[in-house]
Amino acid sequence: MLNELNIEVSTPPPDLDAVLQQVAEHKGCGTEGGSGKASCGSGAGENDLPQEIWDKVKNHPCYSEEAHHHYARMHVAVAPACNIQCNYCNRKYDCANESRPGVVSEKLSPETAAKKVLAVASTIPQMTVLGIAGPGDPLANPEKTFKTFELIAKTAPDIKLCVSTNGLALPDHVEELSKYNIDHVTITINMIDPEVGAKIYPWVYYKKKRYTGVEAAKILTDRQLLGLEMLTERGILSKINSVMIPGVNDKHLVEVNKAVKSRGAFLHNIMPLISAPEHGTVFGLTGQRGPTAQELKALQDSCEGEMNMMRHCRQCRADAVGLLGEDRSAEFTTDKIMEMEVSYDLESRKAYQDAVEIERLAVSAAKKSEMETLAGEHSDISMLIAVATKGGGKVNEHFGHANEFQVYELTTGGAKFVGHRRVDLYCQGGYGEEESLSTVIRAINDCHAVFVAKIGGCPKNDLKTAGIDPVDQYAGEFIEQSAIAYFKAYLDKVKSGEIEHVVRGDAQIRQGALMASSAA
Amino acid sequence: MTYKIVESNCTGCSACEPECPNKAISETKDGLFIIDPNKCTECIGHHDEAQCVAVCPIDKTCIIDTSFPRYQAA
Repeated sequence: MLNELNIEVSTPPPDLDAVLQQVAEHKGCGTEGGSGKASCGSGAGENDLPQEIWDKVKNHPCYSEEAHHHYARMHVAVAPACNIQCNYCNRKYDCANESRPGVVSEKLSPETAAKKVLAVASTIPQMTVLGIAGPGDPLANPEKTFKTFELIAKTAPDIKLCVSTNGLALPDHVEELSKYNIDHVTITINMIDPEVGAKIYPWVYYKKKRYTGVEAAKILTDRQLLGLEMLTERGILSKINSVMIPGVNDKHLVEVNKAVKSRGAFLHNIMPLISAPEHGTVFGLTGQRGPTAQELKALQDSCEGEMNMMRHCRQCRADAVGLLGEDRSAEFTTDKIMEMEVSYDLESRKAYQDAVEIERLAVSAAKKSEMETLAGEHSDISMLIAVATKGGGKVNEHFGHANEFQVYELTTGGAKFVGHRRVDLYCQGGYGEEESLSTVIRAINDCHAVFVAKIGGCPKNDLKTAGIDPVDQYAGEFIEQSAIAYFKAYLDKVKSGEIEHVVRGDAQIRQGALMASSAA
Repeated sequence: MTYKIVESNCTGCSACEPECPNKAISETKDGLFIIDPNKCTECIGHHDEAQCVAVCPIDKTCIIDTSFPRYQAA
């Protein structure tokens, strides 16, 4: 198989490994003040975790909030079949510009997928993670899924393999997952109460039979929790995805959080329902709404305890390529990759990642030194800021070019990443500049300020009118360091009476079909 | 009778193909799936319900094709 793909693999010199190990062991991201809560905030900071777990997740953009600024992932759509039906999914919808799970432009054979992975990894050296997430369920397509993993493990041994499943078939495949050295598994668990489940899942296909209603949901939850326990027993890291559906499972997800935490799940990712009539999903057609930004944040906050909450999930397509928040899949269609000369060069990939690690050290160090200026400050004030960034942990995107804003919560405890807001254009376009500005304001309406590399005069004034401070003085600087500096200055102004602190309102989470950035 | 797949509904997801006990389902050039009426037994003698119907994500896609006589178990 593999010689058909014409791939060369070179190995790195051993001294580079030593350098990387040193970098991996950096201690720049410390816990301050002995509160027991790590200053790294949500989503897997180094000091939250035992070393062996940190080593597994530190370069995984979907498991580490810190890593997602620097490392990219790709999904290959080798698994079209599914074994359950969800009310938020419609397999007939295939808009090329749609970005959400379950949607792909083309399905791939394992051989084509392996070639695609190597083509992408050669072009994008920060691509460290390969996931199979559908568009159906990877474990309902076990032969294709495991064949793909086998091919990639042979030619690109440095790439982490992960899989995202609804869990129904998981107990049957845990053994095989551990055989392929897959140490990241995501299970979508939306309920542990079959009565709730019956409102989310119309049916499951299990042991040659279609089950419906409460009976179906009971089978599903039993299998999901059994699968999770089996993963934990084998030391395989599991992330739990939950879709927040207001009025259906929103309050119940606190119970789900407890259940998965007690069974050893490592990270919980509560995502907003994506629902619009044009998707043709049951929820889209019944008018089931998704949560607002503050509803989502309140639930995530209430679940945050000893368990990490993931807040940087972009709910990407099952064939997405690139950093989270970007999608370069259009550059790597089957036609294009078949023409590419692929030479897989481990050494240059590692050298690039080495440079990234040095940048990460700088981000942590900058944050730490800025935190010292907040030492001794005590205030009940907390505020959100939105940041326009292209990655690297810096304020480095122009306001008008941003497809999304990252949201940080500022308190005297520091700057904590709490989410992101998509502001890209609707698939059925026709939105002018004014509409897109009001879209942005609706999306970040709960923020006090927006940090940008650059911003024009008009949007600047409109933002001010909306009560959002446009901040361009930190262009090119580290996000968290800048945010802490801004917050310190803000507190000083409140203290001196120069400004009065006001609480902001709620914000909207974007629904509907979204343009891929390449098509925008 | 046998089952047939309504082409305009088929998403090409392939879920039905491995479930068919008769290997009657195959992929077309266009990436969709068809049932060979000469092999389909409506799952009679194999399962309580037709497997393609049970697993298909789109309602009314795997349907009875009345132009064929009812399958008779041997």
